[in-house]
Amino acid sequence: MSEQNQKPKAIDPESTHLLKEVACGRPLTTCCWDPQGRYLLFGAEDFDLHRYDLQADTVQPLSHHDSWVRAIACTPDGSSVISGGYDGRLVWWPLSDQEPKHERSVDAHTGWIRAVVISPDAQTVATCGNDRLVKLWDVATGELKSSLSGHEHHVYNIGFHPTGSFLYSCDLHGHIMQWDLAPDSEGRGEELLRAEGLHIYDKSFRADIGGARTMVVHPEGDLLALGGITKVTNAFAGVGHAVMILVNLRTGEVQQTCIPQSPPNGSTWGTAYHPDGFWITAVGGSGGGWFYFWNGREEHESFKLKLKSEARAMAMSPDGRSLAVGHADRHLRMYALYEESGK
Amino acid sequence: MQCHYACRTGEHGIHRRTLLSAAGGLLGAASLGGFVMQNPAVADQLRSGCKRILNIFLHGGVSQFESWDPKPGTDTGGPFRAIPTSVPGVHICELLPHTAKQMHHLTLLRSLNTHNNDHGRGVVEMTTGHKQLPGSAYPHVGALAAKMLAPEDFALPGNVLIRSAGPASNPAAYLGARYASVVMNNGQPPAFTSRPESLSLASDQRRNQLRSQAHDRFARRRRTADTDAYTYSFDQAQDLLSRRQVFEVDQEPQADQDRYAVSEFGRHCLLARRLLEHDVPFVQINHSNYDTHYENFDFHIEQLGEFDQPFSMLIEDLAERGLLESTLVCVMSEFGRTPRINSRYGRDHWGKSWSIALGGCGIQAGGVVGKTNDNGTEVVADEVDHGHLFHTLLQAVGIDSFQELDIAGRIFPIADPAKVPIKELLA
Repeated sequence: MSEQNQKPKAIDPESTHLLKEVACGRPLTTCCWDPQGRYLLFGAEDFDLHRYDLQADTVQPLSHHDSWVRAIACTPDGSSVISGGYDGRLVWWPLSDQEPKHERSVDAHTGWIRAVVISPDAQTVATCGNDRLVKLWDVATGELKSSLSGHEHHVYNIGFHPTGSFLYSCDLHGHIMQWDLAPDSEGRGEELLRAEGLHIYDKSFRADIGGARTMVVHPEGDLLALGGITKVTNAFAGVGHAVMILVNLRTGEVQQTCIPQSPPNGSTWGTAYHPDGFWITAVGGSGGGWFYFWNGREEHESFKLKLKSEARAMAMSPDGRSLAVGHADRHLRMYALYEESGK
Repeated sequence: MQCHYACRTGEHGIHRRTLLSAAGGLLGAASLGGFVMQNPAVADQLRSGCKRILNIFLHGGVSQFESWDPKPGTDTGGPFRAIPTSVPGVHICELLPHTAKQMHHLTLLRSLNTHNNDHGRGVVEMTTGHKQLPGSAYPHVGALAAKMLAPEDFALPGNVLIRSAGPASNPAAYLGARYASVVMNNGQPPAFTSRPESLSLASDQRRNQLRSQAHDRFARRRRTADTDAYTYSFDQAQDLLSRRQVFEVDQEPQADQDRYAVSEFGRHCLLARRLLEHDVPFVQINHSNYDTHYENFDFHIEQLGEFDQPFSMLIEDLAERGLLESTLVCVMSEFGRTPRINSRYGRDHWGKSWSIALGGCGIQAGGVVGKTNDNGTEVVADEVDHGHLFHTLLQAVGIDSFQELDIAGRIFPIADPAKVPIKELLA
């Protein structure tokens, strides 16, 4: 991590390189950077939330879940981390304690929790899951504030509008709901659109595949980025193309569908918008692991980078200079978005 | 059967059942290279009363970890938890909460090692009990059940396959086409069992009358086994036409239709119940698909979510109606899935240590036979394969699985003679 102590180099996607890799016991499922950049939190194919201390270079398992950890969110002040699991449990942890013990645990959903996000004002944590519900919880008390029903299928992801006035959710079939969170609206929801590219019923295997595996709202609140798999020809082998779909939140229409020029089989598992004005996606599947960089106006990427292993999750560091990726090959890797030292 | 054949030899003095089987051979078993005959003694053999078999085939290979042999908290276990069942101490995957409540009717076999990871071979070996070899063909368990369990004058098909996907037939091999499956694609009644709208009843009757006259005239002088077989085919078709309602699930009470209407598989379960209540000796439902190389856990939620409730309702209904005592139920696949979770959250093919569920007629209820190690990579107790299982299925419904059939002078053991029944499973 010595590169971080040097004079900052300019952000340059084409200079993206591996900065650090951390061996983990099991394949990773998700990852999240704490707002102060001290820790990386990640879930793996075990029953723990893991806290990686970047300075100490140590990994600490935090135990309370009864299944894999699927989603993680930190409060903006860095005091707490909240994890959601395949056990449907939502767990609060003190992020900075030397030996963090869980502060609160709520059986939040029946079945998997698929996403956890915290509102811009840090008052509300939103969750979604296989019970087809979106739920809002008080960050401070853990009390259920609202249960939003309207989806007819597993809810795959959620994202707050930067103003905090709306919440977006997307289900397995690509139905995107917009939930009005104004005090007098009582969480009224309406379908924004159906992202048809994010779902298919595979007639051969007689099963649905799709959903938004990642969801990010543009900081200016005008675009919703959804990542997943599209053009699936064989659901059970994962034969389909990784995709990012940009939805214009003002018109409720798809503004741009971004598919790699030579699309590998797989799904987009991580999406981030960089302050310098470009999008980054991380992909994993039988076509391997990849970073793609997009300007958001064109169908194809501006740059891509092959990764050592399939990506299963990606998080951008608070300073926008690094990316953390949870990999299938039991490694957490950090990548720098600038030129490598010595070059 | 009183018969005077044109050649006037005694060699045609065979049992009607034999004759019908032979007709099937003509239609469907030409690969044997001749007229299929069987030993009349065999034809008179076991009549097991009204025993039936229901086989539910989960195509593609259901994961044992996500069904009958969960290993939560291990490196292979996946994200799902194990839940208790109606049998104290027996746990199954949380994806089967309804089935868990019926476990006292079922027994788990957790020690299958079938030495096979190929779909086609798995289907053949699990349903015939024999190792698949080039140039060989053995009857599907449904064909044997049709032959061995159906009463002499049974008017309905004895081997019915309800499918929406998966293999399109349960082949009869040397038993002949008479015992091959009648297929109900998407749960629809067998094809050509209703009179075309363009054909009036009167026209149809006149047409059959003409055919009968021609046939009778021919048979008076040139009757052969072939012509009797054709006659039987027409008679069977007429029987089928007259009993078509047996295949119509909408004849079931509306409340039951509503109850089972949760999925296509649910409707197929209700149809199976209807067929079993009409003493059809073998019914197979294909449920597809479980070949989850990608996102195994999501797809098992989806597929077992379809399976669980209707299957448990069916077991409960069969038990309440007193049919489970005479109906063997088996839930099988061509193999299981790998303990290792691949990089795409998938599981691949695995025949080395996997599980099935059985229950009902002739099967110990509420038990577990066999055991795998802590993370499911190996069988550690009571290892068996498809050959042992096939003997067990037959023995459970009262068929001597060690018997042999004499087909045109060739001796065919109906089950692999090198294997034996799994006694721990048998009641």
